[in-house]
Amino acid sequence: MINHIDVSSMLRKSVCELYSNLVTRPTGAAVRCEIEQELDRIGDRALTIIDFSHVGLLDFSCADEIVAKLLLQYVSIDAPRREVYFVFRGISESHMEAIEAVLERHKLALVTQHADGESRLIGIVGLEERRAWEIISQLGTGVSADVADAIGLSSADAERMLDTLWRRRLLIRYDNAYVAVGSATIPSQATRLDA
Amino acid sequence: MTTIINVPHSLEDKSFEQVLDQVAPLPLDEKIIVDTRHARWASPYGLTALLALAQSRAERPILYVPEAENVSTYWSRMDFFKHAAELYELQGRVKSTKAAETSVLLEVTSISKSDDVHSVVDKIQQRAQDALVKNLNLDAKITMRFTMALSEVCQNIVEHAGRGGWVAVQTYTWRVRLGGRKVVVIAVADPGIGFRQSLESAPGFQRKDRWDDGQALEETVMRGASRFRDPGRGQGLAGVRRFVGNWDGKLSIRSGTARIAVLPKGDWDEDEPLVEDLSYFPGAQVQITIPERVA
Repeated sequence: MINHIDVSSMLRKSVCELYSNLVTRPTGAAVRCEIEQELDRIGDRALTIIDFSHVGLLDFSCADEIVAKLLLQYVSIDAPRREVYFVFRGISESHMEAIEAVLERHKLALVTQHADGESRLIGIVGLEERRAWEIISQLGTGVSADVADAIGLSSADAERMLDTLWRRRLLIRYDNAYVAVGSATIPSQATRLDA
Repeated sequence: MTTIINVPHSLEDKSFEQVLDQVAPLPLDEKIIVDTRHARWASPYGLTALLALAQSRAERPILYVPEAENVSTYWSRMDFFKHAAELYELQGRVKSTKAAETSVLLEVTSISKSDDVHSVVDKIQQRAQDALVKNLNLDAKITMRFTMALSEVCQNIVEHAGRGGWVAVQTYTWRVRLGGRKVVVIAVADPGIGFRQSLESAPGFQRKDRWDDGQALEETVMRGASRFRDPGRGQGLAGVRRFVGNWDGKLSIRSGTARIAVLPKGDWDEDEPLVEDLSYFPGAQVQITIPERVA
Protein backbone atom coordinates (compact mmCIF):
# COMPACT_ATOMS: atom_id res chain seq x y z
CA MET A 1 0.00 0.00 0.00
CA ILE A 2 1.23 3.48 -0.89
CA ASN A 3 0.33 6.12 1.65
CA HIS A 4 -0.47 9.64 0.61
CA ILE A 5 0.02 12.66 2.84
CA ASP A 6 -1.28 15.98 1.56
CA VAL A 7 0.95 18.57 3.25
CA SER A 8 -1.60 21.33 2.72
CA SER A 9 -4.20 19.33 4.67
CA MET A 10 -1.68 18.80 7.46
CA LEU A 11 -1.13 22.56 7.56
CA ARG A 12 -4.84 23.31 7.85
CA LYS A 13 -5.33 20.57 10.42
CA SER A 14 -2.40 21.47 12.63
CA VAL A 15 -2.09 25.25 12.36
CA CYS A 16 -4.93 27.14 10.73
CA GLU A 17 -7.80 26.32 8.40
CA LEU A 18 -7.10 29.47 6.39
CA TYR A 19 -3.38 29.09 5.71
CA SER A 20 -2.04 27.80 2.41
CA ASN A 21 1.57 28.91 2.75
CA LEU A 22 4.22 27.05 4.64
CA VAL A 23 6.08 29.86 6.34
CA THR A 24 7.70 30.23 9.77
CA ARG A 25 9.49 27.63 11.83
CA PRO A 26 6.66 27.02 14.35
CA THR A 27 4.32 26.28 11.44
CA GLY A 28 6.83 23.86 9.93
CA ALA A 29 7.32 22.10 13.27
CA ALA A 30 3.55 21.75 13.76
CA VAL A 31 3.08 20.31 10.27
CA ARG A 32 5.96 17.86 10.75
CA CYS A 33 4.44 16.65 14.05
CA GLU A 34 1.16 16.04 12.24
CA ILE A 35 2.96 14.09 9.50
CA GLU A 36 4.81 12.03 12.11
CA GLN A 37 1.54 11.13 13.81
CA GLU A 38 0.21 10.04 10.46
CA LEU A 39 3.33 7.92 9.91
CA ASP A 40 2.93 6.34 13.34
CA ARG A 41 -0.46 5.05 12.23
CA ILE A 42 0.94 3.60 9.03
CA GLY A 43 3.24 0.94 10.47
CA ASP A 44 6.90 0.09 10.62
CA ARG A 45 7.51 -0.40 6.91
CA ALA A 46 5.90 1.96 4.46
CA LEU A 47 6.20 3.99 1.29
CA THR A 48 4.71 7.44 1.70
CA ILE A 49 4.04 10.16 -0.82
CA ILE A 50 4.49 13.61 0.65
CA ASP A 51 2.40 15.82 -1.59
CA PHE A 52 3.11 19.57 -1.85
CA SER A 53 0.70 20.14 -4.77
CA HIS A 54 -1.60 22.45 -2.82
CA VAL A 55 1.09 24.33 -0.95
CA GLY A 56 1.62 27.93 -2.08
CA LEU A 57 4.85 29.16 -0.62
CA LEU A 58 7.49 27.10 1.18
CA ASP A 59 10.15 29.15 2.91
CA PHE A 60 13.57 27.99 4.13
CA SER A 61 12.53 27.65 7.77
CA CYS A 62 9.56 25.46 6.90
CA ALA A 63 11.57 23.40 4.43
CA ASP A 64 14.09 22.78 7.19
CA GLU A 65 11.42 21.77 9.69
CA ILE A 66 9.27 19.67 7.38
CA VAL A 67 11.63 18.14 4.85
CA ALA A 68 15.06 18.06 6.50
CA LYS A 69 13.97 17.17 10.03
CA LEU A 70 11.54 14.55 8.77
CA LEU A 71 14.26 12.90 6.69
CA LEU A 72 16.79 13.14 9.51
CA GLN A 73 14.52 11.01 11.69
CA TYR A 74 13.71 8.36 9.14
CA VAL A 75 16.81 8.38 6.98
CA SER A 76 19.89 7.62 8.94
CA ILE A 77 22.78 5.46 7.94
CA ASP A 78 23.22 4.27 11.53
CA ALA A 79 19.82 3.93 13.13
CA PRO A 80 16.80 4.94 11.09
CA ARG A 81 13.63 5.31 13.12
CA ARG A 82 11.66 2.90 10.92
CA GLU A 83 11.73 1.59 7.40
CA VAL A 84 9.82 4.45 5.83
CA TYR A 85 10.45 5.56 2.26
CA PHE A 86 9.39 8.96 0.97
CA VAL A 87 8.51 10.23 -2.48
CA PHE A 88 7.98 13.99 -2.70
CA ARG A 89 5.34 15.06 -5.20
CA GLY A 90 3.94 18.41 -6.38
CA ILE A 91 7.21 20.26 -5.83
CA SER A 92 7.20 23.58 -7.68
CA GLU A 93 10.27 25.46 -8.82
CA SER A 94 10.10 27.81 -5.85
CA HIS A 95 9.61 24.92 -3.39
CA MET A 96 12.65 23.30 -4.96
CA GLU A 97 14.88 26.25 -4.11
CA ALA A 98 14.11 25.97 -0.40
CA ILE A 99 14.25 22.17 -0.38
CA GLU A 100 17.58 21.98 -2.21
CA ALA A 101 19.07 24.50 0.22
CA VAL A 102 18.12 22.47 3.29
CA LEU A 103 19.19 19.18 1.71
CA GLU A 104 22.58 20.69 1.01
CA ARG A 105 22.84 22.05 4.54
CA HIS A 106 22.14 18.63 6.10
CA LYS A 107 23.77 16.53 3.34
CA LEU A 108 20.50 14.76 2.62
CA ALA A 109 18.86 13.48 -0.55
CA LEU A 110 15.33 12.59 -1.58
CA VAL A 111 13.30 11.43 -4.53
CA THR A 112 10.82 13.72 -6.27
CA GLN A 113 8.14 12.55 -8.65
CA HIS A 114 6.89 14.82 -11.39
CA ALA A 115 3.65 15.15 -13.31
CA ASP A 116 5.08 13.11 -16.20
CA GLY A 117 5.74 10.25 -13.78
CA GLU A 118 9.49 10.72 -13.93
CA SER A 119 11.38 10.43 -10.66
CA ARG A 120 14.48 12.42 -9.84
CA LEU A 121 17.05 12.19 -7.14
CA ILE A 122 17.87 15.58 -5.60
CA GLY A 123 20.19 16.66 -2.83
CA ILE A 124 23.62 15.47 -1.83
CA VAL A 125 24.54 12.17 -3.47
CA GLY A 126 27.93 11.09 -4.82
CA LEU A 127 28.31 10.73 -8.58
CA GLU A 128 28.68 6.95 -8.48
CA GLU A 129 25.80 6.58 -6.02
CA ARG A 130 23.60 8.67 -8.30
CA ARG A 131 24.63 6.53 -11.25
CA ALA A 132 23.81 3.39 -9.25
CA TRP A 133 20.38 4.76 -8.32
CA GLU A 134 19.68 5.58 -11.97
CA ILE A 135 20.71 2.11 -13.10
CA ILE A 136 18.36 0.46 -10.59
CA SER A 137 15.66 2.95 -11.52
CA GLN A 138 15.99 2.11 -15.23
CA LEU A 139 16.05 -1.62 -14.61
CA GLY A 140 13.02 -1.57 -12.33
CA THR A 141 14.62 -4.15 -10.09
CA GLY A 142 18.35 -4.68 -9.84
CA VAL A 143 21.11 -6.39 -7.92
CA SER A 144 24.66 -5.42 -7.07
CA ALA A 145 26.03 -7.24 -10.13
CA ASP A 146 24.02 -4.93 -12.41
CA VAL A 147 25.61 -1.89 -10.84
CA ALA A 148 29.08 -3.44 -10.66
CA ASP A 149 29.01 -4.19 -14.38
CA ALA A 150 27.67 -0.79 -15.41
CA ILE A 151 29.98 1.35 -13.28
CA GLY A 152 33.00 -0.91 -13.21
CA LEU A 153 33.04 -1.57 -9.48
CA SER A 154 33.87 -4.71 -7.59
CA SER A 155 30.84 -6.69 -6.50
CA ALA A 156 31.59 -5.91 -2.86
CA ASP A 157 31.85 -2.15 -3.53
CA ALA A 158 28.61 -2.19 -5.53
CA GLU A 159 26.85 -4.03 -2.72
CA ARG A 160 28.15 -1.51 -0.17
CA MET A 161 26.94 1.35 -2.34
CA LEU A 162 23.45 -0.13 -2.70
CA ASP A 163 23.32 -0.81 1.01
CA THR A 164 24.14 2.85 1.68
CA LEU A 165 21.42 3.98 -0.74
CA TRP A 166 18.98 1.64 1.02
CA ARG A 167 19.93 3.05 4.43
CA ARG A 168 19.35 6.52 3.02
CA ARG A 169 15.93 5.20 1.95
CA LEU A 170 16.57 6.00 -1.69
CA LEU A 171 16.33 2.33 -2.65
CA ILE A 172 13.92 -0.30 -1.34
CA ARG A 173 15.47 -3.69 -0.60
CA TYR A 174 13.64 -6.95 -1.22
CA ASP A 175 15.70 -9.97 -0.26
CA ASN A 176 18.87 -9.39 -2.31
CA ALA A 177 17.34 -7.10 -4.96
CA TYR A 178 16.68 -3.37 -4.98
CA VAL A 179 13.98 -1.08 -6.38
CA ALA A 180 14.48 2.68 -6.71
CA VAL A 181 12.11 4.71 -4.59
CA GLY A 182 9.79 6.50 -6.99
CA SER A 183 10.41 4.15 -9.90
CA ALA A 184 7.52 2.97 -12.02
CA THR A 185 7.57 -0.47 -10.42
CA ILE A 186 6.75 0.86 -6.97
CA PRO A 187 2.95 0.74 -7.08
CA SER A 188 2.88 -3.02 -7.70
CA GLN A 189 5.88 -3.81 -5.52
CA ALA A 190 4.95 -1.55 -2.68
CA THR A 191 2.04 -3.69 -1.60
CA ARG A 192 4.66 -6.15 -0.40
CA LEU A 193 5.92 -3.64 2.13
CA ASP A 194 3.10 -4.40 4.50
CA ALA A 195 3.03 -8.09 3.73
CA MET B 1 14.81 68.58 29.37
CA THR B 2 13.35 68.04 25.90
CA THR B 3 15.42 67.78 22.73
CA ILE B 4 14.12 68.43 19.24
CA ILE B 5 15.25 65.91 16.64
CA ASN B 6 15.19 67.35 13.14
CA VAL B 7 14.12 64.91 10.48
CA PRO B 8 15.59 65.54 7.00
CA HIS B 9 13.32 66.42 4.06
CA SER B 10 13.96 63.09 2.44
CA LEU B 11 13.91 60.28 4.94
CA GLU B 12 15.50 57.00 3.83
CA ASP B 13 18.17 54.63 5.09
CA LYS B 14 21.13 56.97 4.63
CA SER B 15 19.49 60.16 5.81
CA PHE B 16 18.02 58.38 8.84
CA GLU B 17 21.59 58.37 10.15
CA GLN B 18 21.19 62.13 10.71
CA VAL B 19 18.28 61.34 13.03
CA LEU B 20 20.31 58.75 14.90
CA ASP B 21 23.29 61.09 15.23
CA GLN B 22 21.00 63.42 17.17
CA VAL B 23 19.28 60.73 19.26
CA ALA B 24 22.14 58.39 20.16
CA PRO B 25 23.93 60.70 22.65
CA LEU B 26 20.72 61.33 24.63
CA PRO B 27 19.74 59.37 27.74
CA LEU B 28 16.91 56.92 27.03
CA ASP B 29 14.56 58.65 29.42
CA GLU B 30 15.06 62.08 27.96
CA LYS B 31 12.00 63.46 26.23
CA ILE B 32 12.46 63.99 22.51
CA ILE B 33 10.39 65.74 19.87
CA VAL B 34 10.77 64.16 16.45
CA ASP B 35 10.14 66.99 14.05
CA THR B 36 8.95 65.74 10.65
CA ARG B 37 7.14 68.98 9.75
CA HIS B 38 9.43 69.66 6.83
CA ALA B 39 9.58 66.11 5.54
CA ARG B 40 8.79 65.82 1.84
CA TRP B 41 9.28 62.12 1.34
CA ALA B 42 9.93 58.97 3.36
CA SER B 43 10.90 55.51 2.17
CA PRO B 44 9.48 52.38 3.85
CA TYR B 45 12.79 52.25 5.74
CA GLY B 46 12.27 55.78 7.03
CA LEU B 47 8.75 55.09 8.26
CA THR B 48 9.48 51.76 9.92
CA ALA B 49 12.64 53.16 11.51
CA LEU B 50 10.69 56.11 12.96
CA LEU B 51 8.39 53.63 14.71
CA ALA B 52 11.33 51.58 15.99
CA LEU B 53 12.90 54.80 17.25
CA ALA B 54 9.83 55.55 19.38
CA GLN B 55 9.84 51.98 20.72
CA SER B 56 13.46 52.37 21.76
CA ARG B 57 12.76 55.35 24.02
CA ALA B 58 11.85 55.04 27.69
CA GLU B 59 9.89 58.28 27.57
CA ARG B 60 7.06 58.52 25.03
CA PRO B 61 8.30 60.95 22.36
CA ILE B 62 6.36 63.67 20.59
CA LEU B 63 6.03 63.62 16.80
CA TYR B 64 5.39 66.82 14.89
CA VAL B 65 3.60 65.53 11.80
CA PRO B 66 4.50 66.67 8.25
CA GLU B 67 2.99 69.99 7.24
CA ALA B 68 2.68 69.19 3.55
CA GLU B 69 -0.74 67.71 2.95
CA ASN B 70 0.37 65.27 0.30
CA VAL B 71 3.07 63.92 2.65
CA SER B 72 0.65 63.58 5.55
CA THR B 73 -1.87 61.89 3.27
CA TYR B 74 0.72 59.49 1.97
CA TRP B 75 1.93 58.56 5.47
CA SER B 76 -1.71 57.94 6.39
CA ARG B 77 -2.13 55.67 3.40
CA MET B 78 0.93 53.77 4.56
CA ASP B 79 -0.83 53.28 7.94
CA PHE B 80 2.08 55.05 9.58
CA PHE B 81 -0.04 57.29 11.80
CA LYS B 82 -2.22 54.37 12.87
CA HIS B 83 0.81 52.83 14.59
CA ALA B 84 2.57 56.08 15.43
CA ALA B 85 -0.42 57.17 17.51
CA GLU B 86 0.30 54.31 19.91
CA LEU B 87 3.99 55.14 20.26
CA TYR B 88 4.20 58.92 19.86
CA GLU B 89 2.23 61.84 21.13
CA LEU B 90 1.19 63.21 17.74
CA GLN B 91 1.08 66.95 17.29
CA GLY B 92 -0.25 68.60 14.14
CA ARG B 93 -3.01 67.80 11.70
CA VAL B 94 -3.07 64.25 10.42
CA LYS B 95 -4.79 63.97 7.09
CA SER B 96 -6.68 60.71 7.09
CA THR B 97 -7.69 58.96 3.91
CA LYS B 98 -9.26 55.72 2.85
CA ALA B 99 -7.91 55.86 -0.69
CA ALA B 100 -5.54 53.07 -1.61
CA GLU B 101 -1.97 53.91 -2.58
CA THR B 102 -1.11 51.98 -5.70
CA SER B 103 2.63 52.01 -5.09
CA VAL B 104 2.19 50.39 -1.68
CA LEU B 105 2.49 46.64 -1.68
CA LEU B 106 2.30 46.39 2.07
CA GLU B 107 1.41 49.18 4.45
CA VAL B 108 3.45 49.56 7.62
CA THR B 109 2.55 46.39 9.51
CA SER B 110 3.35 45.21 13.00
CA ILE B 111 5.31 41.95 13.35
CA SER B 112 5.55 40.29 16.73
CA LYS B 113 4.43 36.68 16.26
CA SER B 114 4.39 33.88 13.73
CA ASP B 115 0.77 34.58 12.71
CA ASP B 116 1.78 38.10 11.65
CA VAL B 117 4.21 36.60 9.14
CA HIS B 118 1.42 34.44 7.69
CA SER B 119 -0.82 37.50 7.34
CA VAL B 120 1.92 39.50 5.60
CA VAL B 121 2.67 36.66 3.18
CA ASP B 122 -1.02 36.17 2.34
CA LYS B 123 -1.50 39.87 1.80
CA ILE B 124 1.56 40.52 -0.34
CA GLN B 125 0.98 37.60 -2.69
CA GLN B 126 -2.23 39.18 -3.91
CA ARG B 127 -0.46 42.43 -4.81
CA ALA B 128 3.07 41.46 -5.71
CA GLN B 129 2.46 39.80 -9.05
CA ASP B 130 1.20 42.95 -10.77
CA ALA B 131 3.75 45.25 -9.20
CA LEU B 132 6.76 43.08 -9.91
CA VAL B 133 5.91 41.65 -13.28
CA LYS B 134 3.96 44.46 -14.95
CA ASN B 135 5.52 47.54 -13.36
CA LEU B 136 9.09 46.38 -12.91
CA ASN B 137 9.27 44.06 -15.94
CA LEU B 138 10.56 41.24 -13.80
CA ASP B 139 10.13 37.57 -14.61
CA ALA B 140 7.02 35.95 -13.09
CA LYS B 141 9.31 33.62 -11.13
CA ILE B 142 10.22 36.47 -8.82
CA THR B 143 6.88 36.66 -7.01
CA MET B 144 7.36 33.54 -4.89
CA ARG B 145 11.04 34.30 -4.24
CA PHE B 146 10.21 37.83 -3.25
CA THR B 147 7.57 36.59 -0.82
CA MET B 148 10.02 34.03 0.58
CA ALA B 149 12.56 36.77 1.23
CA LEU B 150 9.90 38.89 2.90
CA SER B 151 8.87 35.98 5.08
CA GLU B 152 12.45 35.30 6.17
CA VAL B 153 13.28 38.87 7.13
CA CYS B 154 10.01 39.18 9.08
CA GLN B 155 10.79 35.95 10.91
CA ASN B 156 14.06 37.42 12.10
CA ILE B 157 12.01 39.74 14.28
CA VAL B 158 9.90 36.93 15.72
CA GLU B 159 12.85 34.62 16.32
CA HIS B 160 15.63 36.96 17.35
CA ALA B 161 14.57 40.50 18.22
CA GLY B 162 12.95 39.78 21.56
CA ARG B 163 10.27 42.38 20.85
CA GLY B 164 7.97 43.44 18.03
CA GLY B 165 8.97 45.36 14.92
CA TRP B 166 7.67 46.65 11.61
CA VAL B 167 7.60 45.84 7.91
CA ALA B 168 6.55 47.84 4.85
CA VAL B 169 6.88 47.23 1.11
CA GLN B 170 6.62 49.79 -1.66
CA THR B 171 7.62 50.47 -5.25
CA TYR B 172 9.07 53.85 -6.16
CA THR B 173 11.60 55.52 -8.42
CA TRP B 174 15.19 55.30 -7.24
CA ARG B 175 17.00 58.51 -8.02
CA VAL B 176 20.43 57.80 -6.60
CA ARG B 177 21.96 57.00 -9.98
CA LEU B 178 21.15 56.69 -13.67
CA GLY B 179 18.51 59.35 -13.48
CA GLY B 180 15.85 57.18 -11.91
CA ARG B 181 14.83 53.58 -12.09
CA LYS B 182 11.85 51.87 -10.50
CA VAL B 183 12.56 49.66 -7.54
CA VAL B 184 10.61 47.59 -5.06
CA VAL B 185 11.76 47.93 -1.47
CA ILE B 186 11.15 45.79 1.59
CA ALA B 187 11.98 47.50 4.88
CA VAL B 188 11.96 45.75 8.24
CA ALA B 189 12.90 47.45 11.50
CA ASP B 190 12.92 46.40 15.13
CA PRO B 191 14.42 47.90 18.28
CA GLY B 192 15.29 44.49 19.77
CA ILE B 193 18.53 42.92 20.90
CA GLY B 194 20.32 43.16 17.55
CA PHE B 195 22.67 40.73 15.79
CA ARG B 196 25.60 40.98 18.19
CA GLN B 197 23.63 40.30 21.35
CA SER B 198 21.72 37.52 19.60
CA LEU B 199 24.96 35.70 18.71
CA GLU B 200 26.36 36.33 22.18
CA SER B 201 23.42 34.43 23.65
CA ALA B 202 24.46 31.24 21.81
CA PRO B 203 25.43 28.36 24.13
CA GLY B 204 29.21 28.28 24.50
CA PHE B 205 29.70 31.60 22.72
CA GLN B 206 33.31 32.77 22.89
CA ARG B 207 34.22 36.34 22.18
CA LYS B 208 36.86 36.75 19.47
CA ASP B 209 39.74 39.21 19.60
CA ARG B 210 37.81 41.55 17.38
CA TRP B 211 34.16 41.38 18.27
CA ASP B 212 31.73 44.15 17.50
CA ASP B 213 28.52 44.84 15.60
CA GLY B 214 30.30 44.71 12.23
CA GLN B 215 31.80 41.32 13.02
CA ALA B 216 28.43 40.01 14.20
CA LEU B 217 26.81 41.16 10.96
CA GLU B 218 29.54 39.51 8.87
CA GLU B 219 29.21 36.25 10.81
CA THR B 220 25.45 36.17 10.40
CA VAL B 221 24.92 37.56 6.92
CA MET B 222 28.01 36.25 5.12
CA ARG B 223 28.68 33.03 7.03
CA GLY B 224 25.21 31.96 8.20
CA ALA B 225 26.00 32.00 11.93
CA SER B 226 23.09 31.70 14.33
CA ARG B 227 22.60 31.68 18.08
CA PHE B 228 21.02 28.21 17.76
CA ARG B 229 23.11 25.03 17.67
CA ASP B 230 20.68 23.48 15.21
CA PRO B 231 22.61 23.28 11.89
CA GLY B 232 19.38 24.02 10.04
CA ARG B 233 19.37 27.56 11.39
CA GLY B 234 20.83 30.52 9.60
CA GLN B 235 19.51 29.55 6.17
CA GLY B 236 16.97 32.35 5.94
CA LEU B 237 19.38 35.21 5.41
CA ALA B 238 21.54 33.04 3.15
CA GLY B 239 18.43 32.54 1.01
CA VAL B 240 17.72 36.26 1.01
CA ARG B 241 21.32 36.91 -0.08
CA ARG B 242 20.94 34.49 -2.98
CA PHE B 243 17.63 36.10 -3.91
CA VAL B 244 19.04 39.63 -4.14
CA GLY B 245 22.06 38.30 -6.04
CA ASN B 246 19.86 36.58 -8.61
CA TRP B 247 17.81 39.72 -9.25
CA ASP B 248 20.66 42.28 -9.20
CA GLY B 249 19.27 43.59 -5.94
CA LYS B 250 20.76 45.01 -2.79
CA LEU B 251 20.48 43.82 0.81
CA SER B 252 21.55 46.08 3.63
CA ILE B 253 21.31 45.37 7.33
CA ARG B 254 22.05 47.82 10.09
CA SER B 255 22.46 46.66 13.65
CA GLY B 256 23.97 48.49 16.59
CA THR B 257 26.75 50.65 15.19
CA ALA B 258 27.35 48.93 11.84
CA ARG B 259 25.71 48.35 8.49
CA ILE B 260 26.53 45.56 6.07
CA ALA B 261 25.47 45.52 2.44
CA VAL B 262 25.31 42.84 -0.22
CA LEU B 263 25.74 45.01 -3.27
CA PRO B 264 24.26 44.68 -6.75
CA LYS B 265 26.41 43.58 -9.66
CA GLY B 266 24.95 46.39 -11.74
CA ASP B 267 25.86 50.04 -11.30
CA TRP B 268 22.51 51.36 -10.08
CA ASP B 269 23.74 51.81 -6.52
CA GLU B 270 27.02 52.52 -4.85
CA ASP B 271 27.52 51.76 -1.20
CA GLU B 272 30.18 50.39 1.08
CA PRO B 273 30.03 46.65 1.88
CA LEU B 274 30.55 47.42 5.57
CA VAL B 275 30.17 50.72 7.41
CA GLU B 276 31.15 50.86 11.07
CA ASP B 277 31.21 53.39 13.91
CA LEU B 278 27.72 54.62 13.15
CA SER B 279 25.60 56.12 15.90
CA TYR B 280 24.14 53.37 18.07
CA PHE B 281 20.60 52.22 17.37
CA PRO B 282 19.23 49.05 18.96
CA GLY B 283 17.82 46.08 17.07
CA ALA B 284 18.10 45.51 13.34
CA GLN B 285 16.96 47.44 10.30
CA VAL B 286 16.86 45.53 7.04
CA GLN B 287 16.31 46.83 3.54
CA ILE B 288 15.97 44.77 0.37
CA THR B 289 15.93 46.67 -2.92
CA ILE B 290 15.15 45.03 -6.25
CA PRO B 291 15.42 47.20 -9.37
CA GLU B 292 13.24 47.02 -12.46
CA ARG B 293 14.63 45.08 -15.37
CA VAL B 294 15.85 47.30 -18.16
CA ALA B 295 16.54 46.15 -21.70
